[in-house]
Amino acid sequence: MAENVIGTDISPPDLRAKITGRARYAEDFRADGMVFAKLLLSPMPHARVLNVDTSAAERMEGVLGILRADELPVQSEGTREGALTDEPKYEGEPILAVAAVDETTAAAAVEAIRVDLEPLPFVLDPLESLREGGPDAHVGGNMAGRGELGSLKWPASVFEEAGADRLPMGEAPAEWAIGDIEAGFAEADVVVEESIVHQSVTHHPMEPRSCMAYWQNGKLFLHGSTQSTERTRGSVARMAGVEPDDVVFIGEYCGGGFGSKISGSPIMAVPAVLSRKIGRPVMLRITRYEENYIGRARAGFQGWAKIGFRADGRMTALDLYLVQDSGPYGASDFFTAGTVATASYQPENMRFRGVAILTNTPPRSAQRAPGGAQIVAMLEPLVDKAARELDIDRLEIRKLNAPDSDGWLGPQQGPFTSAYVREALDLGGELFGWEEKKQLSGQRNGTKVTGVGMGLSPFTAGSTGRDGLLVIRPDGKLYVHQGIGNLGTHSIADTARPAADVLDLSWDQVVIVWGDTSKHLPFSTVQAGSQTTHAHTRANHAAATAMVGLLQELAARELGGSPSSYRVADGRVFRAGNRAAGMSFAEAARVAMEMGGKFSGGEVPEDLNDATKAAVAGLAGEGLIAAARDNYERAGAVYTWVATFAQVELDVETGEVEIIDLASTTDCGTVMHPRSLAAQTNGGVFQGIGMAKGQRWVFDPKWGIPFTKRFYTARPPGILDVPLSPRFAAVDKADPYTPVGAKGIGEPPVGAGEAAYVCAVADAMGGQCLCRTPLTADMILAELEGRPRPYGLLDTHV
Amino acid sequence: MAVIRDMIPPFELFQPAGVDDAVRLMREHGDKGWVLAGGLDTFDWFKDRIKRPEAVIDLGGVDELKGIAVADDGGLEIGAMTSLTDIAENGDVRSGYPLLADAAGLVATPQIRNQGTLGGNIVQDTRCWYYRSGWPCYRAGGNICYAATPRSMNREHCIMGASRCVAVNPSDTAPALIALDAEMVVASTSGERTYTAEDFFIGPDIDIMRMTVLEPGDLLTRIVLPAPWSGARWYFEKIRDRKAWDFSLVSVASMVNVEGGMIQDARIVVNGVAPCPVRATAAERAVRGRAPDDETGQAAGEIAVRGARALRHNDYKIALMRNLVKRSIRDAA
Repeated sequence: MAENVIGTDISPPDLRAKITGRARYAEDFRADGMVFAKLLLSPMPHARVLNVDTSAAERMEGVLGILRADELPVQSEGTREGALTDEPKYEGEPILAVAAVDETTAAAAVEAIRVDLEPLPFVLDPLESLREGGPDAHVGGNMAGRGELGSLKWPASVFEEAGADRLPMGEAPAEWAIGDIEAGFAEADVVVEESIVHQSVTHHPMEPRSCMAYWQNGKLFLHGSTQSTERTRGSVARMAGVEPDDVVFIGEYCGGGFGSKISGSPIMAVPAVLSRKIGRPVMLRITRYEENYIGRARAGFQGWAKIGFRADGRMTALDLYLVQDSGPYGASDFFTAGTVATASYQPENMRFRGVAILTNTPPRSAQRAPGGAQIVAMLEPLVDKAARELDIDRLEIRKLNAPDSDGWLGPQQGPFTSAYVREALDLGGELFGWEEKKQLSGQRNGTKVTGVGMGLSPFTAGSTGRDGLLVIRPDGKLYVHQGIGNLGTHSIADTARPAADVLDLSWDQVVIVWGDTSKHLPFSTVQAGSQTTHAHTRANHAAATAMVGLLQELAARELGGSPSSYRVADGRVFRAGNRAAGMSFAEAARVAMEMGGKFSGGEVPEDLNDATKAAVAGLAGEGLIAAARDNYERAGAVYTWVATFAQVELDVETGEVEIIDLASTTDCGTVMHPRSLAAQTNGGVFQGIGMAKGQRWVFDPKWGIPFTKRFYTARPPGILDVPLSPRFAAVDKADPYTPVGAKGIGEPPVGAGEAAYVCAVADAMGGQCLCRTPLTADMILAELEGRPRPYGLLDTHV
Repeated sequence: MAVIRDMIPPFELFQPAGVDDAVRLMREHGDKGWVLAGGLDTFDWFKDRIKRPEAVIDLGGVDELKGIAVADDGGLEIGAMTSLTDIAENGDVRSGYPLLADAAGLVATPQIRNQGTLGGNIVQDTRCWYYRSGWPCYRAGGNICYAATPRSMNREHCIMGASRCVAVNPSDTAPALIALDAEMVVASTSGERTYTAEDFFIGPDIDIMRMTVLEPGDLLTRIVLPAPWSGARWYFEKIRDRKAWDFSLVSVASMVNVEGGMIQDARIVVNGVAPCPVRATAAERAVRGRAPDDETGQAAGEIAVRGARALRHNDYKIALMRNLVKRSIRDAA
């Protein structure tokens, strides 16, 4: 019998190539006659292009063509973003692109272009735009709503009433409630209330979104860096103005995305359209500087929360108000934030109000737990504050309010498929040694004070209804066709493992096919929302189950007997109790090719997605082919929870914080791949800590221009900023509504790490929460020394 | 004309094999030439196409600028092209001048220390992000300081020594070398000159477009350290936002001579607070004859920040400088 591979460590098939440098990323590809493009970026945060003089550039030797915004199939309009624009809405937005024989020439040509711009009013701070007469990010509006540009202004009285130390809260376009918020507060014994700022922060994946495109016989070939593969094709097709069938997308490796490269990036339109225009393959290498602008960012919040608790620690009321900085083209983080809060605390009564305002800062997109990480980091310190007032242990108060499998989610109060949150918290308390460590709280050693804290972070972790596609070829191996992308998480390999287990096949007989839409890939989830592990363990489980059925039927037809009398294991299909009476997978593949029909892709289940049907048609006749849709039951929202515990030392003379110990636990269902799971969790925790501790996105407010355009100024955390041996454990309890039991893990660790850090720092400060991220040494020191705060309470982009 | 970044424009490359050739080339090309050491400062400028020299004189092949040698008087002579890693790990530096070894070892990252040189670390340009972004400020030959307006983002800027420009010196080794009373040897086609480390750095009041005494044609060739203070205590600390690849918010370097439990002499230097490293001479005087304890340190810190004036966002630097000066006395070992 082959060993069950689920739950064991493996080396994913791409590992060796990555470590040895053989892995080819988008900018490593070359094509015959390939030329290079460079972008001309807007020098102003909001302007109108009046005139462009390209004559000097066009006269330069080696310049092959210039692409303008009006030549693109998808053009910037309202809150729709095009790859190029004649009305740039942030400093750094691409206006045009130049193709030349080499980059040096292309750059010189960009410099030789004269662009006359009419500066337009701009805004960086949503609150400024909400004031009457305040600037708007777009001509004629400051709000995105259902594709339409809207406008919202609050009367001066709203700001006067709030004063300088409280979030102004005027009319909110988004609002929902559960129960009666006022009744909830009336029932509360302790009420905490704070205004809180969570910064916007860029993604800065290691690999910028470089892309290369060429056309052959009317088909577009595009090499890019994305999280998804099969689902990228459609977005590239839209950008190029062709049908998805006329696009081949290639992206085998992705040097990080974090939500910024879910499917196609708008900028992919540039090489796609420019290469068609000039008739040459075009490579657009995106630099770190450009990535800062076009590489997406997390939406920041200026928020306010008021939370009521009964003496027993139960949350009776959660009143939440969020003002979101949506960038120029919108974001939906704020809405998710309200929902995620319910998954942490199950408040008896709740009111959510939110307003999303457009600003002239680079575009937002999902960033690892969009809305979730922010709200967790904003609310968890307030829960601590209440716990202190109520004299309830901080771990206990979280357990008290956390959902179990009968819990509910969001304004509709729908069910979860499973929630083993208390188990995760208990496990974390043990792993970290919470009972002992909390005794260290406030202990002083020289100039250093110890603080301990924790963060509990839920996020969505699965979807259903995707397709699996498996082929047994005449070489006897199982080919798992993966429409999902290889975004660096190992999910490309891990989600194939149920197929091996269902077929009782040893892992070295499994070949994963991925990264190129010409390889016949099935319909998949976009790799976002931590859906992949859940969705594609199910889809591959379904396809493998179908494959078992096909093998049994094929063997019965060929060798006699009933299909149910056959077993499948170790690369053979054989009669139960007699391994010799059967055939190998290699033989089965050959028989399938002879039999044709449903055995080799001639007939497919009707409920498959069209993309999968096309993939099967492309493979037909090449072996024994099984494709199936995930029709397994789903009975609620699929959520994962991560709890992170942190111990820090705060130097009261410098404001510096050192993280001494970190421990994280999770309820993410069945553990597929322990080493990879720990890496994903710890990596997310570090990313969250970076957001809390010092990664920044600073703009000059007068000119609307960012300064944190490089790694050294943006300061994402380094390995020395976190303990070398963070600890990790998983509850490892199967989600009952999926055959494999696994849920996603990508996103919830971020909020957990971020919240654990801010809570631990507040603990070291005697329970005082500064209620903002990033929480840098200068802010902490100013507070400890009683000096003027470096920034206003609601200031953003600092 | 449009601006484009992250793309180094072409230049003519010269690779001299000796100091004589180097300074001759430097004179020949004047302000159209650029001296390349480790390249960490240089390539940022080049990539952004803000500094666009016609000729680049690469010192990488000048072997006489590399190495650490013990001098006759027991001091050390360090070639300007010696890597920061070599300085941080060299036995003579570690035993006689641990202050310098520590400062060099806290620069950026291991990769940058392997590539970066002591000379480059000393003469590097300021990291003021307005200036580095190519804004036409005083230091860039313009007539405004963008970092000193009421709305500027100036958390990293100076609290003293400003003169129109409010940028700070970013070097980690500079305060250590001043505390150690090092000398800087400068060559040009007209011969060699020597400056004390303290005099080597200049503020905008002297020349707003330079950070050091070096003028076009001048080459920092070596750094001379006097014989170690026997039994002296020392202290170096760099406060930064993250633990690798970061410049200091404020740093402090001190040498403290203690006999019979009392401070005989001290040199205290703070960087990150002014356009050039600041020697806290009044604090040095104030600690003489006192015990190196918290109280003396506190007094020294208070004296050191006298006259400091915060910009919009950097008031914390006053407290941080005061506390670091305190630590540089109290915690020197």
